Amino acid sequence: MSAPDTHKDTGPVPTTGHEWDGIRELDNPLPRWWLWIFYASVVFAIGYWILMPAWPGLTGYTRGMLGKSDRAELVQDLARLKALRGQQNARLTNASLQEIESDPELQAHALAVGQSVFGDNCATCHGVGGTGGKGYANLRDDVWLWGGTLEDIHRTLQYGIRSGHPQARFSKMPAFGKDQILTPGQVGDLTEYVVALSGRPANAAAVQRAAPVYAANCVSCHGPEGRGDPLQGAPNLTDREWLYGSTRADIQAQIHNGRGGVMPAWSGRLDPETVKALAVYVHANAAGQ
Amino acid sequence: MTVVIDRTRAGPPEAGPASAAEKARRRGDSGGGLYKPRTPIYPKQVHGRWRNIKWALMAVTLAIYYITPWIRWERPGALPDQAILVDFAGRRFYIFDLQFWPQEVYFITGLLVMAALALFLASSLFGRLWCGYACPQTIWTDLFIQVERMFEGDRNARMRLDAAPWSLDKAWRKAGKHLVWLGIAFGTGGAWIFYFHDAPTVLVQFWTGQAPATAYVFCALLTFTTYVFAGTMREQVCTYMCPWPRIQGALIDQDSLQVTYRIDRGEPRGAHKKGATWEGRGGCIDCGQCVVVCPMGIDIRNGAQLECINCGLCADACDEMMDRIDRPHGLIGYDTDKAVAARAAGQPAVYRLVRPRTLVYAGALVLVSGLMLWGLAHRQAFDVHVLRDRNPIAVRLHDGSVRNGYTLKIANRSFADADARIRFSGPAGALLKTPAAPAATDEVSARIETNTVRAVRVFVTLPEQPGAGTSLPVAFTVTLPEGVMTVKSTFITDPGARP
Repeated sequence: MSAPDTHKDTGPVPTTGHEWDGIRELDNPLPRWWLWIFYASVVFAIGYWILMPAWPGLTGYTRGMLGKSDRAELVQDLARLKALRGQQNARLTNASLQEIESDPELQAHALAVGQSVFGDNCATCHGVGGTGGKGYANLRDDVWLWGGTLEDIHRTLQYGIRSGHPQARFSKMPAFGKDQILTPGQVGDLTEYVVALSGRPANAAAVQRAAPVYAANCVSCHGPEGRGDPLQGAPNLTDREWLYGSTRADIQAQIHNGRGGVMPAWSGRLDPETVKALAVYVHANAAGQ
Repeated sequence: MTVVIDRTRAGPPEAGPASAAEKARRRGDSGGGLYKPRTPIYPKQVHGRWRNIKWALMAVTLAIYYITPWIRWERPGALPDQAILVDFAGRRFYIFDLQFWPQEVYFITGLLVMAALALFLASSLFGRLWCGYACPQTIWTDLFIQVERMFEGDRNARMRLDAAPWSLDKAWRKAGKHLVWLGIAFGTGGAWIFYFHDAPTVLVQFWTGQAPATAYVFCALLTFTTYVFAGTMREQVCTYMCPWPRIQGALIDQDSLQVTYRIDRGEPRGAHKKGATWEGRGGCIDCGQCVVVCPMGIDIRNGAQLECINCGLCADACDEMMDRIDRPHGLIGYDTDKAVAARAAGQPAVYRLVRPRTLVYAGALVLVSGLMLWGLAHRQAFDVHVLRDRNPIAVRLHDGSVRNGYTLKIANRSFADADARIRFSGPAGALLKTPAAPAATDEVSARIETNTVRAVRVFVTLPEQPGAGTSLPVAFTVTLPEGVMTVKSTFITDPGARP
């Protein structure tokens, strides 16, 4: 540190006296405008401490005179949103499903609610487009295990499938192979029989062998012609829609294991209006029934 | 330092009364500092032809500005009854029997292009007509200067007042002037908001505190800008803020009419004694009247310059003076550089209004106006857009048929509700279904309320199409009151296909 000095290149402006390899720092005064902004910021900060929540304490924090609270504002906003939706939701409460579907305004509201709720709750399994996947039902087509009318869909949504709810849709396909109800040979023959039911070429001898086995074990749910029964959630085996896959290996695995999917009951999780809106949404976007 | 004028054309530096711009320039050149301080301009009152035209144009343009939002225009239903209304909240622009939607912003673009071309054409023919007579900056500055004269008197009185120490008289004159200025500015800002809300409604709302916040903000903003621009900044707005004077140079040429000091007639200038001969000298008696009346603070005798707005007040002042000394008018007037040069060389002046430049501008103007008129005449009140569902792109039904989902967005810009009948044109056997309909048919109908866009969901089911490919070109035909509109789309036949 040497004493502050001046330099021939800098004229009357003194330097700070710091020197690094010959580089010296000019000691210009702070710009006045900068200083004033700095002082104004200090004044602003003090005002802010007084008016707004600022200092943390051991058990809480200083609240500030304006009583500003993000949390309280969130609660207010949510309440306002609920009030805003209240009128339309009240109409959903009182209207029947058919009334909702036939009133354009109410239907538009239900579809909007349904779409957003579907994305939050249903898309995980059924996909955003509702086309499902292996083991998860396609909600866009006209094949419905448990019935595709508005009421059927509403009931399935309310109570779920094999959800444990007392009113849930319930049925159980035996695991014919795993539980040794049928021999592996019979399961193989049945597989050919089911392939034949869906109109595809199959081993005729195996189909013949399987006919009595089908009559004894499968008819009660799937029917003599294999057309299924929506009351029991038994799928139609003659169409081209296969929940667990359409190949021989897929079909054989299903006969062997007797899988059945689970869908939660939504009546306890979503309010009744939302479930109604969801039913209208799913029905509106599905083909048929 | 910014040098704002070609000084090679400037007259003798010390001759005659120096214009404000000249004084400022001299001070700046002698190291006056980083920024050039404004030299106050005290424009003298003037009478004459151009001044009268300016008064008339001021009355007309101000009347248009203040009266337009109050013109009523009956429209059906809940639509606003204001002839010209820019409804930002509703995203609509109403003008008499038309309503424009945001997606038709190209009409605004066209209008702006037309305005620009008209400005180019006018400039290449007659110089800065817009600046001198029609620009809001000029109109309001003119008005504010007149108010200033009412309180403080004309040029000399104002200069004396400004130089005088503060007194009660000076205080009330200054205060009165600023109060009236603020009043006019507030009236300007206040009238602005009438264009964006129903005028009678927002007038009441404004004074009862019920108007939207934007109304207050824009009223305050325009009050402020009017007061500052027309009251205190004036010619600085034109010289420093406005890009037009810079563009101007590219538009005018030697054949453009501009306010011109006819140097061939005026020089050599000098004082003239009554009764002395006019032989061997110019017609300019160097009285300086053209300088003292100039609202831009320039000396027109220095030739065309960036600051000049071509208002013609110097021409009026010169003519007035020529009357007094019994000499012919027009020492300063609208003329072209070429004509002045020709006369100076002893040849007859030739004026050419038809030049390649003006032909190009006029041609472009006619073209764009024609396009706009054609667009307006063929503008349809309905729009149909078809959005095909992306997820799922297609759904196979139990019998192998395939279903695609579409959303038809039908916009109704007419002033009446309309019924739309939607049919499908493509492979035979198509069935259409909309969620509200009980069953699928070959036609879907929907009611499109006036002034709305209705999204109609339509599901189309086609029987299996063996060998037809995965993507079929199809179309929707929508029958509307104005006629049938056909919109193309595609139909995906394979749910596993990638579009």
